[in-house]
Amino acid sequence: MNIWENVVIPIIIVLGVLIVALTIAAGLIWVERRLLAVWQDRYGPNRVGPFGLLQVLADTLKLLWKEDWIPPFADKGVFIIAPGIVMVTVLMSYAVLPATEKIVVADLNIGLLFVLAMSSMGVYSVVLAGWASDNKYALLGGLRASAQMLSYEVFMGLSLMGVVLLAGSFNLKDIVEAQRHMWFVIPQFVGFVLFLIAGVAETRRLPFDLPEAESELVAGYHSEYSGMKFGMFFVGEYLGVTLISALISVLFFGGWLGPVLPPIVWFLLKTFFFICFFILLRAGLPRPRFDQLMSWGWKLMLPLALINLLVTGAVVLTLGK
Amino acid sequence: MLSLIGSLWGVLLHTFRPRVTVQYPDQKPYLAPRWRGRIILSRDPDGEERCVACYLCAVACPVDCIALQATEDKNGRRYPDFFRINFSRCILCGYCEEACPTYAIQLTPDFEMAEYNRQNLVYEKEDLLINGTGKYPGYNFWRVAGVQIGGKDKGEAEREVPPTDVHRLLP
Repeated sequence: MNIWENVVIPIIIVLGVLIVALTIAAGLIWVERRLLAVWQDRYGPNRVGPFGLLQVLADTLKLLWKEDWIPPFADKGVFIIAPGIVMVTVLMSYAVLPATEKIVVADLNIGLLFVLAMSSMGVYSVVLAGWASDNKYALLGGLRASAQMLSYEVFMGLSLMGVVLLAGSFNLKDIVEAQRHMWFVIPQFVGFVLFLIAGVAETRRLPFDLPEAESELVAGYHSEYSGMKFGMFFVGEYLGVTLISALISVLFFGGWLGPVLPPIVWFLLKTFFFICFFILLRAGLPRPRFDQLMSWGWKLMLPLALINLLVTGAVVLTLGK
Repeated sequence: MLSLIGSLWGVLLHTFRPRVTVQYPDQKPYLAPRWRGRIILSRDPDGEERCVACYLCAVACPVDCIALQATEDKNGRRYPDFFRINFSRCILCGYCEEACPTYAIQLTPDFEMAEYNRQNLVYEKEDLLINGTGKYPGYNFWRVAGVQIGGKDKGEAEREVPPTDVHRLLP
C-alpha cells in the first residue's frame, strides 16, 4: 500500500477543499457587500485594508467577540446543534464536488443523489432553529423555510434528471466528462433555469428569502441567534450559494472543461460568475408573497420539470441507440 | 418573467454609473456658509467681544445648553464673565444665533467635533471666542447702539443726533 497516494494526498485534498470552501464563503461577505454597493451606485466597504478586503477579518473578529447568548426559554440542546447542522450538511456536499479531474474528496457513483440528500438534510437546521428558539417570528420563519425548501426540492431533483439522462450517470465526474462536446445548458436549458430557481430557493437567498424576511419576521428562524452561532448560519448561507454555483457550473457548464487556462481556473471562474449572478438577483428583485412562492413552485415549476424530464427521456430513447 | 430579466439588466447597468458616495474623511463635502455647525463667539472689528451677555441665547435655547454670567468692565460695557456651551446637549438648531442682538453668537460650517471624553464637549468662552467677525464684517454693536459707555457718550454713535436737553426746550 502506498502511503503517499492513499493517505497523504487525500488528507491534503480534504483540507484544501475545506479551507478553500470556508475562505470563499467568508470572502463572499465582502464580495456581496461590494457588489451590492456597485449596483446601488455606492462603493461598499473599502477602508479596511486594500480594497476593504480585511473587512472579512474585522467582521469575523466582531462576531467572535460578541456575546453568545442563549435565551432562557430556548430548548438549549437543539438551539446549539441547529447552526451546526447547516454547516455540516453543506460542507458534506463539497465532498463529492469535483473541482477538477483530480481534486475531488469522495468520487461517489451516486454523487448527485448525495448532494440532493444533503440539501434536504439542511432543512432540519432551519426548522430546528426556528422551533428551539421558542419565538413566534423564529417559528414562522422555520415553518416557511420547511414548506419552501420541501416544495422546491421536489423539482430541484427532477430538473437534474434531464442531465442524468443525457450523461447516463449520477457521478459528477462522469457528468462533466459527458459535456466535452457540448455543455448541458444547451439541450437542458429548461432544466438549467429550473435548477437555478430551485437553487436560489434552497439557499434561502433573495428573492426567495421569505424564511428570514427582515421586513416581516425580524430575522426569521435566526432571530434569537447571536455571536458565532449566527455567524454559522451566515457562513452556511454563503457556503450554500457557493455550492449551488459550483453545481450549476459542474452540471450545466462543463465544470473544469475549457481551453487554454488550467482546469481549476475554469471551474473557479464559472463558479464565481454564478455567485455574482446570485448577488445580482438580490440587488435586482423584490421578494414575492409566500402564497405566490408556493403556487409558483407547485403549479408552474413542477409541471415544467416533469415535461422537461418527459421530453428529454423521449429524445434520449429515440436518438440513444 | 421578462420584466424580471429587464429589471436585472437595469440593475446591472448601474455598474457603469458614477458613484454618489462622497468618501468623507479623504474627500470633504461642500458645506454652505450658512451651515449650522459648531457655535462660535465673534469679535467686533476692533477686536473686542461682541457678546453683551443679554442672556437671550440662553433663553432661546430649547435644550438649555448655554450658560453664562453677565458682568461689566470699567467702561460700563457688558460682557460675559463666563460663557459655556455644552455641545453634548446642543442640537445645532441655530435659535441662539437668531436671538442674538449683536451678531456675537454664530454657527459655523464645521461639524468635526467628536471627542472620546464627554466632558471635552463642554466648551468654555476661550474655546468659543474667535479672532474675527464671522459672517458680519464691519458690524460693531456699541458703535450703533444708543447706549452710553465709557469713551462714548450719548449721541456719539453712528447716525445718531445728540440728545435734546428737555430743560432747555425753547421754541
